[in-house]
Amino acid sequence: MIKIIKYILLDILRNKMVLGYAVFLFAITFTVFSLEDSTLKGLLSMLNLVLFIVPLVSVIFSTIYVYNSSEFIELLVSQPLKRSRIWLSIFVGLAGALSLAFFAGAGLPMLFYEPSPTGLMLLLMGFLISVIFVAIAMLAAVHTRDKAKGIGFAILLWIYFSLLFDGLVLFLLFQFADYPLEKAMIGISALNPIDLGRILVLLKMDVSALMGYTGAVFKEFYGTDKGLIVSLSVMVLWIALPLLYSLKKFNRKDL
Amino acid sequence: MKTIAILLLCIASISNIAISRTVMVGASHIDKTIRSGIINANTHDTLLVETGIYHEHNLVIDKPIVIIGIDHPIIEGEHKYENVSIKADSVTFSGFSIRNSGISSIVDYAGIKIHNRHHVTIVNNILEDCFFGIYSQYSVNCIIKNNKLTAHQELEQQSGNGIHCWKSDSLQIIGNTITGHRDGIYFEFVTNSIIWRNISFGNIRYGLHFMFSNSDTYAANVFEKNGAGVAVMFSKKVKMYHNYFIENWGDASYGILLKEISDSYIDGNYFVRNTSGIFLEGVSRVEMYNNDFTENGWGLKIQASCMEIVLKYNNFRGNTFDVGTNGSLVLNTFENNYWDKYEGYDLNKDKIGDIPYRPVSMFSMVVEKNPPAMMLFRSLITTLMDRSEKVIPSLTPEQLKDNHPLMKPLRL
Repeated sequence: MIKIIKYILLDILRNKMVLGYAVFLFAITFTVFSLEDSTLKGLLSMLNLVLFIVPLVSVIFSTIYVYNSSEFIELLVSQPLKRSRIWLSIFVGLAGALSLAFFAGAGLPMLFYEPSPTGLMLLLMGFLISVIFVAIAMLAAVHTRDKAKGIGFAILLWIYFSLLFDGLVLFLLFQFADYPLEKAMIGISALNPIDLGRILVLLKMDVSALMGYTGAVFKEFYGTDKGLIVSLSVMVLWIALPLLYSLKKFNRKDL
Repeated sequence: MKTIAILLLCIASISNIAISRTVMVGASHIDKTIRSGIINANTHDTLLVETGIYHEHNLVIDKPIVIIGIDHPIIEGEHKYENVSIKADSVTFSGFSIRNSGISSIVDYAGIKIHNRHHVTIVNNILEDCFFGIYSQYSVNCIIKNNKLTAHQELEQQSGNGIHCWKSDSLQIIGNTITGHRDGIYFEFVTNSIIWRNISFGNIRYGLHFMFSNSDTYAANVFEKNGAGVAVMFSKKVKMYHNYFIENWGDASYGILLKEISDSYIDGNYFVRNTSGIFLEGVSRVEMYNNDFTENGWGLKIQASCMEIVLKYNNFRGNTFDVGTNGSLVLNTFENNYWDKYEGYDLNKDKIGDIPYRPVSMFSMVVEKNPPAMMLFRSLITTLMDRSEKVIPSLTPEQLKDNHPLMKPLRL
């Protein structure tokens, strides 16, 4: 298994796209922090980067990679190897390569410019979101044989998580404005890893604004150690559930 | 020669009257208690009280004398009595440690209370665990200076105000430190007074509670981490200069809550990390110059019931929302402020932006209507909504804008 991971990792790292992704992240992070006069604005731009660009690249790259290596996967399957090992190796290789690229590109300049709790939380969220969207991409890829359909499905998932979901929440909020939704919002936020990541970062960044009533409910839950553990476990669930589901599908898939 | 001698005698006798005596109080003196010292003292005498613990029950000062404590002698209230009641004019009371006054929901027990007097001076005292700290009622021309007040109650009902002033005039409240009381400084029906260089932090309710008090000034005070910030209500001609309002956190907590204030000035204050820097309701004719709003949740919450407020030369930096409002009517002026979120340009290089800045974002209006929407803060959809709102304002008040925003922050 380690051999396969090593092979996949090296294969991806040699890929120009991941290198380009790392360089792109590095350039953006560097410019953002050296151009903005306040670190808060820098962190804000970084937050947008982590919440939109990172999942997008993660999900598209992983889907394409899985489709492109379908022949390689077929070759591996013909060897005396367990299917689940092959699939997990691909996941570890992809997740490792993309999070490595994220750390090298965004992590290093951020540790240099902003080694604050907010910065560190942002890094952790970037890492988790990278891995989560690799898992989601693999789910999309295993779902259909058609490459174009698979990539379309992956992009649709990205749009859902970063835009449509929040739109739905806003719609629900105004439909049920007469009800106390503060506590329900905590549960709803767990349904979207991007929202969860955003709230965890905001609790460090916009403390003053979040000390209002609703924010205080969030703060009470997420701000404590227990809440942090719960929300991080939810993020881990967001990695595990799509991955296990895709694994189940892959094990039975007629290649 | 003889006349000179008589003259000298006369001067000597006059000065003998003029020079007051000094009465010592302490364990090693004739006057063992302050009470007997006061009985033995004449008008304008000085009482020097040596260090020790004095159980005086309720010490009443009924002569215009100077009482000075050496090394902060303790006047113990045993949780039953009002420690010191000043019932004479021109009393100076200084250098004592006042502890454990009575607590009651019927009587306003205080560490030191001024009863309807003038020219009383209270300086350098340490008050610990008093119900009310220093209480001034119907007094005029009094000085309360450099006192340190600490209380440890948790509930509002069991705690009185630190410096409580009621129906007084021409007071000087200077350099006091107040913590743990209900309200740090409480002003009701107090006029022509100054509150200067006090530090009020960690009080249960307000750092400064200010009502029906006209023509007062408070300057260079620090109000930090009070339960509900500072409230200034129902007053006219109030001047607020160079105060610090720091970390007043909570939904109903404000750097300053201004309610029904008119003809006032708010200049050179610092608002740092409050949930709301200033909350204005029913405020009219107020000028706000040279204030600094940094890292607040809302820099300013200005209700539509306010009019003729002028905001000029203020810095808004790192606030989550610069300005929040609840309606579309705008009768106030925003001019020449620095906004760090301003994205305009300055073609003619006069350091003033060429396009107006709208400090109210659409999302702040959404949150005002529907607070749980705060969950979506800084998400892609709200960013998109804010952008489109900037192009075509629909929800945000059209007139609330700074036509001449500054390009560089002011040095304050």
